[in-house]
Amino acid sequence: MSEITLQIDGREVKAEEGMTILEAAQSAGIYIPTLCHHEKLEPYGACRICTVEIEARGRTNLVAACLYPVEQNLVVRTRSERVDKTRKVLLELMLAHAPDAAELQDLAREYGADKGRFEKESSFCILCGLCVRYCAEVKKKNAIGFVDRGTRREIIFIPEIASKECWDCKECFPLCPTEALQATFLLTKALMSPSPPCAPESEE
Amino acid sequence: MPRINSPAELEELRKDILSKRDPDKPCITLCSGTACHASGSEDVAASIEEEIKKQGLSGKVDFRKTGCHGFCEKGPIVVIHPEKICYLQIEPKDVPEIISQTIKGKKVVERLLYTDPSTNEKIIHEFEIPFYKNQERLVFGSNGKIDPKSIDDYLALGGYSALAKALSQMTPEQVLEEVKKSNLRGRGGGGFPAGRKWEECRNAPGEIRYVIVNADEGDPGAYMDRSLLEGNPHSVLEGLTIGAYAIGSHEGYIYVRQEYPLAVENVGIAIKQAQEHGLLGKNILGSGFDFTVKVHRGAGAFVSGESSALMTAIEGRVGEPRPKYIHTAIKGVRDKPSCLNNVETWATVPLIINKGADWFAQLGTEGSKGTKIFSLVGKVNNTGLVEVPMGITLRDIIYKLGGGIPGDKKFKAVQTGGPSGGCIPEEQLDVKVDFDELAKAGSMMGSGGMIVMDEDTCMVDVARYFLDFLSDESCGKCVPCREGIRQMLKILTNISEGKGKEGDIEILEELSQVTRDASLCALGKTAANPVLSTIRYFRDEYEAHIQEKRCPAYVCKALISYYIDPEKCKACMICLRQCPAGAIIGGKNQIHVIDQEKCTKCGTCFEVCPPRFGAAKKISGEPVPPPIPEEARMIARESKEK
Repeated sequence: MSEITLQIDGREVKAEEGMTILEAAQSAGIYIPTLCHHEKLEPYGACRICTVEIEARGRTNLVAACLYPVEQNLVVRTRSERVDKTRKVLLELMLAHAPDAAELQDLAREYGADKGRFEKESSFCILCGLCVRYCAEVKKKNAIGFVDRGTRREIIFIPEIASKECWDCKECFPLCPTEALQATFLLTKALMSPSPPCAPESEE
Repeated sequence: MPRINSPAELEELRKDILSKRDPDKPCITLCSGTACHASGSEDVAASIEEEIKKQGLSGKVDFRKTGCHGFCEKGPIVVIHPEKICYLQIEPKDVPEIISQTIKGKKVVERLLYTDPSTNEKIIHEFEIPFYKNQERLVFGSNGKIDPKSIDDYLALGGYSALAKALSQMTPEQVLEEVKKSNLRGRGGGGFPAGRKWEECRNAPGEIRYVIVNADEGDPGAYMDRSLLEGNPHSVLEGLTIGAYAIGSHEGYIYVRQEYPLAVENVGIAIKQAQEHGLLGKNILGSGFDFTVKVHRGAGAFVSGESSALMTAIEGRVGEPRPKYIHTAIKGVRDKPSCLNNVETWATVPLIINKGADWFAQLGTEGSKGTKIFSLVGKVNNTGLVEVPMGITLRDIIYKLGGGIPGDKKFKAVQTGGPSGGCIPEEQLDVKVDFDELAKAGSMMGSGGMIVMDEDTCMVDVARYFLDFLSDESCGKCVPCREGIRQMLKILTNISEGKGKEGDIEILEELSQVTRDASLCALGKTAANPVLSTIRYFRDEYEAHIQEKRCPAYVCKALISYYIDPEKCKACMICLRQCPAGAIIGGKNQIHVIDQEKCTKCGTCFEVCPPRFGAAKKISGEPVPPPIPEEARMIARESKEK
């Protein structure tokens, strides 16, 4: 692995080829906020809160620090007017789902995001996918997954798997930045209880 | 069919096919593309076959069901060769006359010809019809001449000669150089130079490389790739094989949507034929080059047309885009170098190899070479598929080829590039069709969708339509795309329902910026284009909706009312009888009045009110005048009472 030198917030940082901007920054003690990132999981790039500004080949661009591979002489700015504005709007979009999530509120204070800017959405989930990916990549159980796409996308426990695997695990619970995961689990638990008291008899 | 083992054997086979074909023998071609199929070409085909037998012409006349001819507005289309007499909108009942008059009697059936709407002149030949005359049909032209299920038809027109030339006379490097020199840019949307992508893929480390045809066309109103793959599948295969040779790939995929059954069928047949002929498989044409192609059927997600999502889908996973900070040409399918181009791009390659990069590069503009196929749809007289040289103006496409706007309506905008593109107004109509010029005008070339809109189109509603489409079709993975689209759609819906607020335009612009800057893939990065381009050119319409609660095009239902002008109403009872909501009060000799409470704003009264009365009106941004008092509604009809 060859060593690469890049500049982050005016500081010279050494990194190894194949590292991401986020990894390089973390190794140098430079903070970049993340929500969907987890060191045990493959980089995902969904929340985009780690968006940073780069200068490469004479152009300025916004990229996701958790995915962008380091390059020699790359210039990175973890804060700039454009970065801050982007993060602010992203937070406001997520706060519409989870206005009371502590992690989001901390970031909202930092970036001046208004949690009431957009009308409250019905779900509490920001679809960071930590639970889904942890269950698939670390536990290899796939007891929880995404369904549907676009604005209808949501997380759901697969009752057949969850009824066998989830009782003693629940390792995904502390990963969730909002309350959505527990709510989803409770719903699934109710559905997979052996004989719901008021289940209608099938006539078929 | 014996295998062809060398370019010389290919030429022999071609000669053999041609020697059995008499160029003077009458041949009836019938467009059997999807659009003509929908307007009944299968029934026409059955009656042509029957009538040929009935009139004792079996064996004396050829009949060929071809791919799409392009002039879909006037389908089903019949062209009689060798004279190239073109008959339009043919029904089974027309067939006996065509056979007896034209095939037997060598006479033209006037009533089936194209009539020039401006001169009323009848036009006999396909190539003289203005719709065709102003085109440059290099890639799409063979569609009307060949039966897509017949490799012989393709070979008769010189098919696979470019592949033979590449394999026997050129090194892979020379093929690559030729494509680079031609400056062919990808026809799928982004316009990335194909040669550069090929080179990047060729030079990427690793043994296995893939070449991929993107036939996951999904823009609303666009069907050029579909028609090309359905109508001339061998041209795509030939281009793909040449590309594979240049790149050093031995495996190819055709990713085609399952909703295109005819394309799936025809490309499957073409692959089988090419394998049997030794034009695919091991040691193609004795060159030592091996190449196989698999068809991968897509399940219909729009986002799977995005290259990295498409590659994820080929791997058997949900078609979600991946970051492309490392190009797919280096790390694509199963992390192997993968070169993806769309149907039209691949189909252009054989032309470049046969006629040379210099020939290709002299067509078009400085930055955009060759021709481009567009699907010209919407409020335009001649809807269909057109292939035009780059550099032609939008005005020429819409007016010269498209024949202008129907019904004396005024042109308002043309939408290019599908949900990622934008709307271009009248004052920009002289913009040239060119990747960079269209981008400057706030739209994009896209894959070639071109939707013409007239004065009855509301631009806020258009933006809302595209965002609604994208809210379903985004994969939903990243926040800026999923949530940005969600909020933009909410705001646009509010504006179109009269609930717009001061500052909404600014929020739309802010959300557009973030969606563009921060989204993971091109779908999200371009999702705001319909919003930004309509704000840029039609801000006054947004303002009318927000400030005056008025829809200038009378489209947004919540902002319009229907009203019958009592001065003009002749109490003819037509609207009263046809109103599906029973919302019209009146009777014989009683001026009609719309009960605004009951009215569902379906517009039936407006459509059926005889133009000579013109009493039913749409109003927007102003209150509905109070109904005239009941005692004043009686109309005295003196003339009839006599």
